[in-house]
Amino acid sequence: MNSAIQEVATEASVITMARSAAGEAAFTAPPALKSRPQTLLAIPVAAAIGLAVHYFVPKSEPLYPTHFYPIFLSVMFGLGLAGALAQISFPRLRRWMRKMCPILGAVVLTAALWELATSCLELLPLPYFPGPEGVMAALASDRVLLFDSTWHSLVLLLSGYAVGTVIALITGVTIGWFPHARYWGMPLLKVVGPIPATAWIPLAMVISPSALWSAIGLVALAVWFPVTMLTASGISNTRTSYLDVARTLGAGQAYLIFRVAIPAALPNIFIGLFMGLGTSFLTLVVAETVGVKSGLGWYLSWAQGWAEYGKVYGALVIMAAFFSTIMTVLFKVRDHVLVWQKGVIKW
Amino acid sequence: MVAIAPEQGVSEAASLRVWHVTKEFASPDGGVTPGAHALDDVSLSIAAGELVSIVGPSGCGKSTLLRMLAGLTSPTSGELAIGAEPITEPSAERGLVFQDPNLFPWLTVRRNIEVGLVARGVLREKRAEVDEFMRLVGLEAFANSFPHHLSGGMAQRVSLARALINHPRVLLLDEPLGALDAFTRMRMQDEVLHLWRAHGTTMLFVTHDIDEAIYMSDRIVIMTQRPGKIEQIIPVELDRPRDRSSSDFLRLRGDILETLHFAGQPMAGNNRQSAAT
Repeated sequence: MNSAIQEVATEASVITMARSAAGEAAFTAPPALKSRPQTLLAIPVAAAIGLAVHYFVPKSEPLYPTHFYPIFLSVMFGLGLAGALAQISFPRLRRWMRKMCPILGAVVLTAALWELATSCLELLPLPYFPGPEGVMAALASDRVLLFDSTWHSLVLLLSGYAVGTVIALITGVTIGWFPHARYWGMPLLKVVGPIPATAWIPLAMVISPSALWSAIGLVALAVWFPVTMLTASGISNTRTSYLDVARTLGAGQAYLIFRVAIPAALPNIFIGLFMGLGTSFLTLVVAETVGVKSGLGWYLSWAQGWAEYGKVYGALVIMAAFFSTIMTVLFKVRDHVLVWQKGVIKW
Repeated sequence: MVAIAPEQGVSEAASLRVWHVTKEFASPDGGVTPGAHALDDVSLSIAAGELVSIVGPSGCGKSTLLRMLAGLTSPTSGELAIGAEPITEPSAERGLVFQDPNLFPWLTVRRNIEVGLVARGVLREKRAEVDEFMRLVGLEAFANSFPHHLSGGMAQRVSLARALINHPRVLLLDEPLGALDAFTRMRMQDEVLHLWRAHGTTMLFVTHDIDEAIYMSDRIVIMTQRPGKIEQIIPVELDRPRDRSSSDFLRLRGDILETLHFAGQPMAGNNRQSAAT
């Protein structure tokens, strides 16, 4: 098994190296990787190992009545095998599989190791470390509640993020463009901004009419500071020559702000938006845990309260998927808005 | 090439007048350091439709003069006027082209050329002109490219088209070809001359290159530094198109070099230059 891990690991590192090399020479085609059967069969092999562990290693933990984990492994085994066969006639699938198989194989293998360490060998204490079946069973049995929690988190996050971003863009552009606003706004920003949004929770609970509004306000505050800061610096660092050119072409104040300074500041603004997204995740989970009685953060602490650690891990898995999806969406938006930067800077 | 009828024709409204202009830059402590005159009592007048170039060492205030004519900087004393109107702020009537094309990297070539029309709110009426100007500078194929895909010469052509689409009465060019290689530069000189003839735009052209000044201009203004002053104005009475290797051309070149040489007072000039750097 160790050798299998090493195989997967070396395969993965070879591929990362090849990919980074391809990234540096953007215009040359990615170098053709050697087609090795190990790469394409990583998933079925890992799934087979997982199934062997599940069915043939004796369990000390009481068995779950459900069979989600072996079903998952079987599906991975089947898909991996089908993919390995199908790639023979689909070059695009082959390229994707060469990229993804080592990673996905490693994921399946990790699940097998996890089951070995928990359910089989009891190396980790219960109830804090349930096996994969425990987590999957929790995910399945609480799916309605989890879906509901995710939905609530999404609504809260998006409304807080949107409110924070809109306000931050207004304040950032104002502070960055108008010297008077800069004089009065910058000290306030520098003194109040670095306070973590979560530190305002006691005050937010007193001021706002409901827990939901206070949570939205906190998320907005968490986004507001980095976005304002970076927008202001982006606007005030607009190249003077761009502004000069625009003025000699007949541009007025509105054109200078909206069509020169803001586009010039957009790369900066996006850095702020990414930083703000990170702090807003944190604030969201804390605010849901403390105040709002819904959402993934609330679910997490609720499950912990009942010592249902299968559900805790389930919530963590959902959070990982949820937050990384949102992050990916923001990356896509940036790629679209800042398409003109492609080739100017390396992403 | 498309012939675009000059809007103003050659009328007095496109003449430039610089009258006893002085420009001092404040030193960091707020006062005015003696001898920091970027320009000292400069007077110059340029007829409508004329192409005049300014040559001189760096720091002689030629760029400052151009920025003042564009309305981006105001003089410490003296007056500047276009036609009969005093120059107080930037206007689309006075186009400015920099050495760095300064294209907006977030706009495609086409949208960069449109900037003047959008800024003045006349894009809807004048959309057809965008195509004309793209053809005029030979960049139709790059309409949807972003500026970083262009070579230096192409980018400078876009920047010329962007300035010309406003049909400025006066075009101010601050070493527009300075960053180009020798061959591209010579080709671009012909292109600028072509645009000048096609539009009858008054052009004031700052350059480091004496050959370029002789090849292109009706008159050459020679400036000296610290304080920036006009040393001499030399009319170029050679027939166009000019031959860069004709004896008249070379004789004029010799005269100008001599003027610049004596004007700078070699020893003192060198000391000043090293102090400045």
